[in-house]
Amino acid sequence: MISIRDLHKYFGALHVLKGIDLDVQKGEVLSVIGASGSGKSTLLYCINGLEMIQDGAVTVDGTDVHAKGTDINKLRQKLGMVFQQWNSFPHLTALENVALAPRIVKCKSKAEAREIAAKQLQHVGLGEKLNVYPSALSGGQQQRLAIARALAMEPEYMLFDEATSALDPELVGEVLDTMRLLADEGMTMICVTHEMGFARDVSDRVAFFHQGVMEEIGPPAQIFGDARSEHTRKFLANVR
Amino acid sequence: MFDYNFHWRPVMKSLPDLLEAASLTLQVAVLAMVLGIVIGLCLALARLHLRGPVYWFATAWVELARNTPALFQLFFFGFGLGAFGLHLSPYLIVLAGLSFNCAGYLAENFRGGFKAVPETQIRASRSLGMTPWQAYSRVVIPQVFRIVYHPITNQMVWAVLMSSLGMLVGFRELSGETQFFASRTFRIFEYFAVTAVIYYVIVKVILLSSRLMAARLFRY
Repeated sequence: MISIRDLHKYFGALHVLKGIDLDVQKGEVLSVIGASGSGKSTLLYCINGLEMIQDGAVTVDGTDVHAKGTDINKLRQKLGMVFQQWNSFPHLTALENVALAPRIVKCKSKAEAREIAAKQLQHVGLGEKLNVYPSALSGGQQQRLAIARALAMEPEYMLFDEATSALDPELVGEVLDTMRLLADEGMTMICVTHEMGFARDVSDRVAFFHQGVMEEIGPPAQIFGDARSEHTRKFLANVR
Repeated sequence: MFDYNFHWRPVMKSLPDLLEAASLTLQVAVLAMVLGIVIGLCLALARLHLRGPVYWFATAWVELARNTPALFQLFFFGFGLGAFGLHLSPYLIVLAGLSFNCAGYLAENFRGGFKAVPETQIRASRSLGMTPWQAYSRVVIPQVFRIVYHPITNQMVWAVLMSSLGMLVGFRELSGETQFFASRTFRIFEYFAVTAVIYYVIVKVILLSSRLMAARLFRY
């Protein structure tokens, strides 16, 4: 379980997250929606310790992410992350991209790491592209490669930071399909997204962020059909 | 047209000596580059990530190496240190001078290379559980290496040519050896013409092998 208590995050004087309380259960799919700059992405970065926090606590399966003694590299193996700009490693083939972390972080043998990588690439539909460099892949394929790379560490949670925002419209579908596939397989997912269709159809719960505050959280039917907050209704009216 | 008579025989007779001196040239240039790359990498990282005395030391090194004549740098390791009673052999003077100079130039190449790799590559690596060292050594530095590969080749060529300054501190590398023979036989033009051809061939071989290596190394 990921549990967030009274989380405060500042960038200099800017108060980005203003006291977030949130629990995400195993197997749950949570979508986080809200305008740009509302703190959604920062929340993800705080969960896997890529950003420091100023107050509050984030715990993953009982381990405090930001505590001094925490082995953050070990903890991150549980927390797969997919970025908006996909960030594939340009100097490695698809197979090497995926095999690298299992090989050097989990110390698997070369053959074993490649086997894991091939399996995960197959999983996201890139079985034909094992020996291709990222420069020869489309944006959608690179994003699926990034998903396979995260999955190869056998994470228990997946964090998606606007995984489809940087993609050409016709490539969004293939990435969303891959994310649906993971959700169907029971992966615990936190998806920061602007894809309202995905949030409505796939999520167990939807959280709406507004100016660093989690204004509202609930089942998709409630958020999309009967939002309590004025801000939520306004936001949804604008994006639809 | 002009009444200069070419005499190539003396040059041809000392060709084996010249070629041996050429191998010394190549040796000192390669060694200076190896040292230059290692030191340049450290200087670049110091300038990117450190503050205080180490930062200022690295910055001063880069500034001096890039903004003063290479010959003066050689003189510093020769006559400069000599004035303080530290007498290096001509070989060491040239090696130290070239390494100092190459490190300064390469440091700036490396610094540019590090800046050209997006910060998000490190984030992505760390998110997979890599340590900072793993992220740097397996993800960032291989990409930096490609970015600085051709500038490094240029620097290698420059190191070979710059080593000719060695003749001014009494080092008998290719130019020093040529000077030695030329002044004994007065066939100055012939000697330096042949030596120029040798330099040309060395540089061409470096450029060609660099290109072949790049084709093997960088398939992306």
